[in-house]
Amino acid sequence: MTQQPLLELHGITKRFGDALASDHIDFNLYPGEIHVLLGENGAGKSTLMNIIYGLSTPDAGNIILKGNSVKIKQPRDAIGYGINMVHQHFMLIPVFTVAENIMLGHETRWGFSLDKKKASQEIQQLSQDYGLEVEMDALVENLPVGLQQRVEIMKALYRETKILILDEPTAVLTPREVEDLFRVMRNLTEKGISIILITHKLKEVMTIADRITVMRAGRVVGTTSPSKSSEEELAVMMVGRKVVLQIRKKPLQAKDVLLDVKEFTVSDDQQMEVLHQVSFQVRAGEIFGIAGVQGNGQTELALALAGLLPFNRGRVCLAGKVMPSLHPRVLMNHGWAHIPEDRQKHGLVLPYSVADNQILNTYHQPPFSSLLRRNKEVILVNSTRLIEQYDIRTSGPRNPVSELSGGNQQKVIISRELDRKICCLLANQPTRGLDVGSIEYIHQQIVRLRDQGVAVLLISSELDEIISLSDTIAVMYCGKIAASAPSDHWTKEQLGLMMAGYSPPPKSLTWGNRKLL
Amino acid sequence: MFQKYINSRCGIVRGLSFLVLLVILWSYFYDSAITEAVLASALRQSTPLALGALCGLMGERSGVINIGIEGQMLLSAFVGFLVSVWTGNLLFAVLTGVATGAVIGLLLAFMSVSLRIDQILGGTVINILGFGLTGYFYQVGLNTKGKLQSISLGPLQDIPLLGPVLFNNPPITYLTLVLVLVVHYVLFHTHWGLRTRAVGEHPRAVDTLGINVFLMRYTNVVLGGAIAGLAGSFLTLEAVGSFERGMTNGRGFVALAVMIFGKWTPIGSWGAALLFGLAIALQTQLQFGGQTIPHQFIGMLPYLLTVVVLAGFVGRARPPAAVGTPYTKE
Repeated sequence: MTQQPLLELHGITKRFGDALASDHIDFNLYPGEIHVLLGENGAGKSTLMNIIYGLSTPDAGNIILKGNSVKIKQPRDAIGYGINMVHQHFMLIPVFTVAENIMLGHETRWGFSLDKKKASQEIQQLSQDYGLEVEMDALVENLPVGLQQRVEIMKALYRETKILILDEPTAVLTPREVEDLFRVMRNLTEKGISIILITHKLKEVMTIADRITVMRAGRVVGTTSPSKSSEEELAVMMVGRKVVLQIRKKPLQAKDVLLDVKEFTVSDDQQMEVLHQVSFQVRAGEIFGIAGVQGNGQTELALALAGLLPFNRGRVCLAGKVMPSLHPRVLMNHGWAHIPEDRQKHGLVLPYSVADNQILNTYHQPPFSSLLRRNKEVILVNSTRLIEQYDIRTSGPRNPVSELSGGNQQKVIISRELDRKICCLLANQPTRGLDVGSIEYIHQQIVRLRDQGVAVLLISSELDEIISLSDTIAVMYCGKIAASAPSDHWTKEQLGLMMAGYSPPPKSLTWGNRKLL
Repeated sequence: MFQKYINSRCGIVRGLSFLVLLVILWSYFYDSAITEAVLASALRQSTPLALGALCGLMGERSGVINIGIEGQMLLSAFVGFLVSVWTGNLLFAVLTGVATGAVIGLLLAFMSVSLRIDQILGGTVINILGFGLTGYFYQVGLNTKGKLQSISLGPLQDIPLLGPVLFNNPPITYLTLVLVLVVHYVLFHTHWGLRTRAVGEHPRAVDTLGINVFLMRYTNVVLGGAIAGLAGSFLTLEAVGSFERGMTNGRGFVALAVMIFGKWTPIGSWGAALLFGLAIALQTQLQFGGQTIPHQFIGMLPYLLTVVVLAGFVGRARPPAAVGTPYTKE
């Protein structure tokens, strides 16, 4: 490319206290390209984008837009220069309509009033021009995530964007929605819009990127393109060491059924039945993966099995014993371990120290407490051992767990749950939002348990995770197990279609709750 | 599911309004003079509640809980009264009352937006300040040269039932009706209102669109304070004509119930304020009438209504999502 870059960054440096979040970063973006910014969590991608978008100001360095040096002090400046950002956590007002969300901050006025009609027309025009269909008067909270993201993109287009920053846009999407998004992105670049895509998913990078810049620990490691690189090479650049992308595990040696769920029916907190007579069995030494798009009952299944949501009907056997009731402590005493979906809400007490979080379920037992007293010494010693064993990066056992990164918070939960003798592990979205290094570690731990003969129930909306880890895969759709079969009977396409509720399962499988094995 | 509850809620409100209307008509044919008096009294009683609710909802729509309305009203009532005593100029007195409310609104905004103090504490501080300052500086025996008088709107006054109730009122009561409409218009039909509601729901989103969250909150809380100041002025300069210790008598808190009952909308709140006003007016009227029920029980009526309304409706109405949480830039 010999043309002039649209956006150039020279020597951008940003410090937070002692830490260098951005260290002399050079970056450039050409018109009409998709430039992927790849890096682990905490590598400084978001800091850099916040600087471009005016959410934080750099300590040193220049931003050059079309050859002119510019100062971007606040989002308003960035928007004025045609820079827009779609944040990972959508910046939409749930109770507003699509049209209201799009025009917020950039309203069409008629005297003092809002000119809702004219704004609607303009937005309608936009949606036709770019092939983005959304219902103008729908409330955003009623839209699926894929459409919400579309609203975010239209927000940017409404402000006549030249540069669109997408922060981890695929984290919440189904495979089909991801395809849709990529199609839209291609559409946008054809119309001359440049896109900066932030991600840590290697597969996507290879499909969509024109150029790739890899960041690690606040520095740019290098810039390349998909044709000149490979997934493995990018992973090494990203993590700084060789990463095992392929999970190696011993062949399945499933033994006794340890977890037996029969005709399990659960209602959500609004008394809507969201789980209809779900039955499945998980054996010792088996990883049973439940795939499915978010919101098809997996959350409720996991909460109910963990004793956090009452169930209506059904029966749960753990290690051959029928559980009279599902109560977290009873379950725990029977060798149940739970890695919850929302680690900050259900997994940790954020203001508590690492040490206290590691004994949240065993604090009442010796050696951690005697009669009325907690044995602080023992708790600290225990924590120090776990921190070392599970490689948790923290300044010490007394450090509040809220100050840890997502990956290390997850490791705290894992160290707590797996450091007992357990027979069954429920892992719900165990690697959501984590970087490659942490994902690799957590996958290794799960496989280690499986090899030790623990029954693992894995729930994930990451299809790759399900496929690479599971011995048996079930697909959940609309509160039912649509099909289940050994993992080598499935292709990724079949799974994707089943998750979207499209096609009947392959011939070798059975419908409904009957399990084929 | 959601739709069903909306419908049923609308049903409750409609049914209730219809019932009230029926009772009013029946009693009008029974005894027109008393009915007119009670309704006129209801409107006047609803005025400080409606104004207080407007103050509350402007704060909450932008994300700031204001439980200091009581204190704001009390201080404004007191200052307005003093100014009226010293200068004898009622218009000037009302304006100082309004300004006092605005200044205290500024204090609340400073505490809850800039200092990020817990908003309930901030409001409590203002309430204690209100009771403390007015109690300390209050002197017995001060008298004003009068209060705001009713202005009758000519021929409109002669409409039966409605005329004497609606079109023969003092200025602040009229102004309240106008303010309800103005705040409704601003909130739902201007860009300012769109931004205000957005700030109360998801301040970070608004921030990323280049809108100043702090400025939005400050402005709304201060303007709300001015309206609470008007409510205070109403009490001393229009309704009573003098000041007493603790004369707001819980109206600032009832105004919050009114706001919730009105689902954080100006017109809904006005309707709710009328209902509460009617309860207060009835209570007064009933105390004059029969001796069969001890007056303490009748006096409970408005507060009973508050409890019923809050218990029955709080769970269903949805407050702005970000209300009560101070905003911090990253």
